[in-house]
Amino acid sequence: MSETSASDEILTTADGKPLKEALAKAQFFAKRRAFILVLPLLAFILLTFVMPIGQMLHRSVKNEGFTVHTDVTTGVRTPIMTELSIWFDQNPSGTVPDEAAYTALRNDIGALDELRSAGSAGTRINYLRAGSRSLFTKAARKWDKMEAPYQDAFYDLDDEWADATLWAAMRQASSSYTFDFYLAAMDYTRDGDGSVTKVNENRQVYIKLFVRTLFLSLLITFMTFILAYPIAHLLATLPLRHSNILMILVLLPFWTSLLVRTTSWMVLLQSQGVVNDAMVGVGILADESRLQMMYNQTGTVIAMTHILLPFMVLPLYSVMRPINPSYVRAARSLGATSWTAFRRIYFPQTVPGIGAGALLVFILAVGYYITPALVGGADGQLISNLIAFHMQKSLNWSLAAALASLLLGGILLLYWLYDRLVGIDNLKLG
Amino acid sequence: MALPKHADRLERVWHYTYLVICTLIFLFLIAPILVVIPLSFNAEPYFTFTEKMLKFDPTGFSARWYDLLLTFGMQAPEVPRDSSWWSDTWNNAHWIQATKNSIIVGFFSTILATGLGTVAALGLSRPEMPGRRVIMAILISPMIVPIIITATGLFFFYSSVGIQNWGIPYLGVVLAHATLGIPFVIITVTATLVGFDHSLTRAAASLGANPARTFFKVQMPLILPGVISGGLFAFVTSFDEVVVVLFVGGLDEQTIPRQMWNGIREQISPAILSVATILVIISILLLATVELLRRRSERLRGVSPA
Amino acid sequence: MKLRTALMATVFTSAAFAANAQEVTVMSWGGAYTKSQVEAYHKPFTAQTGIKVNSVDADNPAAPLKAQVEAGNVSIDVADVEFSDAIRLCDEGLLEEIDPSILTDAPDGTSAADDFIDGAINDCSVGNIVWTTLIAYDTNVFSDNAPSTMADFFDTETYPGKRGMRKSPKAMLEMALMGDGVPASEVYDLLETEEGIDQAFAKLDSIKDDIVWWEAGAQPPQLLADGEVAMTIVWNGRIFNAIASEGQPFALIWDGQIYDLDLFVVPKGAPNKDEAMEFIKFATSTGPLAEQASWIPYGPARVSSIARVGTFHNDDSIDMGEHMPTAPANLTNALQNDFEFWADMDSELSERFNAWLAN
Repeated sequence: MSETSASDEILTTADGKPLKEALAKAQFFAKRRAFILVLPLLAFILLTFVMPIGQMLHRSVKNEGFTVHTDVTTGVRTPIMTELSIWFDQNPSGTVPDEAAYTALRNDIGALDELRSAGSAGTRINYLRAGSRSLFTKAARKWDKMEAPYQDAFYDLDDEWADATLWAAMRQASSSYTFDFYLAAMDYTRDGDGSVTKVNENRQVYIKLFVRTLFLSLLITFMTFILAYPIAHLLATLPLRHSNILMILVLLPFWTSLLVRTTSWMVLLQSQGVVNDAMVGVGILADESRLQMMYNQTGTVIAMTHILLPFMVLPLYSVMRPINPSYVRAARSLGATSWTAFRRIYFPQTVPGIGAGALLVFILAVGYYITPALVGGADGQLISNLIAFHMQKSLNWSLAAALASLLLGGILLLYWLYDRLVGIDNLKLG
Repeated sequence: MALPKHADRLERVWHYTYLVICTLIFLFLIAPILVVIPLSFNAEPYFTFTEKMLKFDPTGFSARWYDLLLTFGMQAPEVPRDSSWWSDTWNNAHWIQATKNSIIVGFFSTILATGLGTVAALGLSRPEMPGRRVIMAILISPMIVPIIITATGLFFFYSSVGIQNWGIPYLGVVLAHATLGIPFVIITVTATLVGFDHSLTRAAASLGANPARTFFKVQMPLILPGVISGGLFAFVTSFDEVVVVLFVGGLDEQTIPRQMWNGIREQISPAILSVATILVIISILLLATVELLRRRSERLRGVSPA
Repeated sequence: MKLRTALMATVFTSAAFAANAQEVTVMSWGGAYTKSQVEAYHKPFTAQTGIKVNSVDADNPAAPLKAQVEAGNVSIDVADVEFSDAIRLCDEGLLEEIDPSILTDAPDGTSAADDFIDGAINDCSVGNIVWTTLIAYDTNVFSDNAPSTMADFFDTETYPGKRGMRKSPKAMLEMALMGDGVPASEVYDLLETEEGIDQAFAKLDSIKDDIVWWEAGAQPPQLLADGEVAMTIVWNGRIFNAIASEGQPFALIWDGQIYDLDLFVVPKGAPNKDEAMEFIKFATSTGPLAEQASWIPYGPARVSSIARVGTFHNDDSIDMGEHMPTAPANLTNALQNDFEFWADMDSELSERFNAWLAN
């Protein structure tokens, strides 16, 4: 490589290529080789993780309940509500439905009945306007007995068919793409003329749960910090022989199944459980005034603090261990009290560890599902429990996807912050 | 953290208070895990220490809940325990089936995660890796994104591609668990590669070894501890995972955590505690293994524990 | 290596086994109820036809069924669902139609159509049993002053202690109204109005701090047994089994019970549709329906089976007829679940219920 001829202006390699080019080429090959090593995994993650999440985002804005019927056995897709959607296209929002509209509606409902999808089309409208589902199933049972004029026939069936909000809901649902589920996920809805309003107060739940999730996660983060700081400090200042043994007490919970730890807390916190029994046994509590520590927020906070504690201890420990004790000693010898020395010298050096631990614990806490589901009762539920509810019970998947997307947005913001402040490659495990 | 001789009275008081506080916190960490162990030997179907247990009366203890783990779900649990009884247990007991499923899923997802993860970590730790930060962030993201979101996404994805019609049992859960385990492998393997002396590979190359030989003879022995502990992390992740299994697992794909989840919600008999005890013992073993590997790695790389 | 070979063998044999054997997967509600079905339907069915029955459980089979069909990933063949869900799922085109002509006639020759009780034969569902939601309490807690009415359940002053309730608006809202003094016959008329719903939630609100919520049917007997609650809403079969088989000190209050039909349905795209129909035909015939009533006090959905209901399977002194929701003595103040109301209002009221829970 060092063999260069003096006459040439540019450096070349042995075989006469310019050195710069050869180096760039070598660099390119090295880059390519490194990238090829990473490529299989990257492709795997993109396929099994990024794509599903992208698809979920897509589902949060797409719902075909009122536009396309898909046969579950054959997969054949049939457009539904076609005549009505033509009428919606021809008439602007707010037009009072005329006989043509009702004729279109009658024909479309007839088609729904033949496809047996009146229920699912009705369900889609029900998401926007409660109590609409049965209008469709009833109409589907009676459509072939209806006689013109259809407007009156529908009014005879149920006068709700004249309701402007129902027509507004059908107009919205007649497009497959919608932001309605995001509105619903933020406790908003559209009224008759299509403007966005807050839902009735006794139905507002999601914002409240997002706020509660945020609040409880902050509380849990704070609790883990309070508990982790002293023991991380102890571990960092003890001689390694001793601290390694104590470290097991931190690592064992970390390695123990989440369900085992949650079960343990159920055993401890029940009203007939170990903690209450012990307090009654010692005489602190009367038998009839046992504390309710489970099936509420208290249970969620206690169990999650315990479960997430190691995630705070480990980053703190890795920051505290290399801190040179002579700084504090110097401060003391210069006349600082031990509190001042801690506050002015030691604590500032541990701030990066606090940041890393707090962000990690917070990120993990906002997405928790299992523990609040088991020990949370009614008021210890987090937003993830509602996502699961809509996934598994109410089966309003678009709403579940919208809620999950909002949560994901928040998490990614924090993740970006974490990467900025701590650097994702500085993450260490034990 | 010995107390210096010149410490005044207040500092002494504080020092001992501090040690008491630390002891209490350690107790908070470990006691909930240990409390299930004696309770799993409770002769009564309760979750508290009975009087007999507190007096160490042997009749207050029993292994009946462990026995229940074998018999629960059997076709004929009452018959004498001969070979047909054991084969009934092996084929029908719910917890045994769950264990088999957990091991199968854990095994294959670990292999997948460790294989892909290790190779990628080798690439990521090269200084010339392009877009390192972004790629790293993508690869670590399965650990950061709440599991409920991942599970939701996978549920839609798997049903849209019809994965259950491919005829490969456990495929969906294995792929999902591999994805969840990969960040751990990346983190542990890149950690062992930090401070890796690249002149070693160059030396091997200059002595005539081809890249494959260099990898197996020089790099592999050095990163092996990291690979194994990464693999263990991946295995534990899969072994402990319940949300994805609940969302995308088939009805017959009952794993241990899923069976526990059902059990806790249905009837929290001490049988759950006996499973918990077994799992705690397994985690103690795993923890010891990882610790030994870490020490070995440090010795090999000549990094003395700081 | 040996381990790996064994694992591979397990994977492949289980896969191969699933492909060959004739089988049917039945999803039910778990616990004592599934047990009764296994004993009365599954075992004799396998013995007679050689078709293996896989039993799986869910908190409410309607939800996983719908999820499976909509996701195009159906693994269950038969599900046991509530009336309102059977109607709703059928309306949404998620169920196979069941030809009523496959159902067996009664032994005395009465045709199936006449033998089944009202509402039991529908386009996509066949009735199985009548069950009920009612109150159970711990007799040790209320030894000197036993509660006896729905109003007592909501009276935590006179009858102190935690209450267990199902985490779902269905039946809970009706009970709240009945607990507030609304006669059973007026409950649904009132619930159709906004004021009625407000009244029901207000009643629930009055004991909200004392409620422990349950989701799976096996939980409430456990909550009572553990002393976590003093009184709970429960399904009558589960609690009967806790009393009769385990000797638990529980008692039931039939006042304000809400009875409902459970039906068998076949999800669209069921992998073993023919076997599923065979199973339904067998399980809803006179003998097995009567037999299941000896395991759990759920009323058979056909007249010829009701006549055959005998005693508890392992205790001849218990006459199962007395413990049925439909026994005349238990019907003095009872409400039949309005399937149409719930098919219509379930999602709307669930939303409001969730919002109320979260507050």
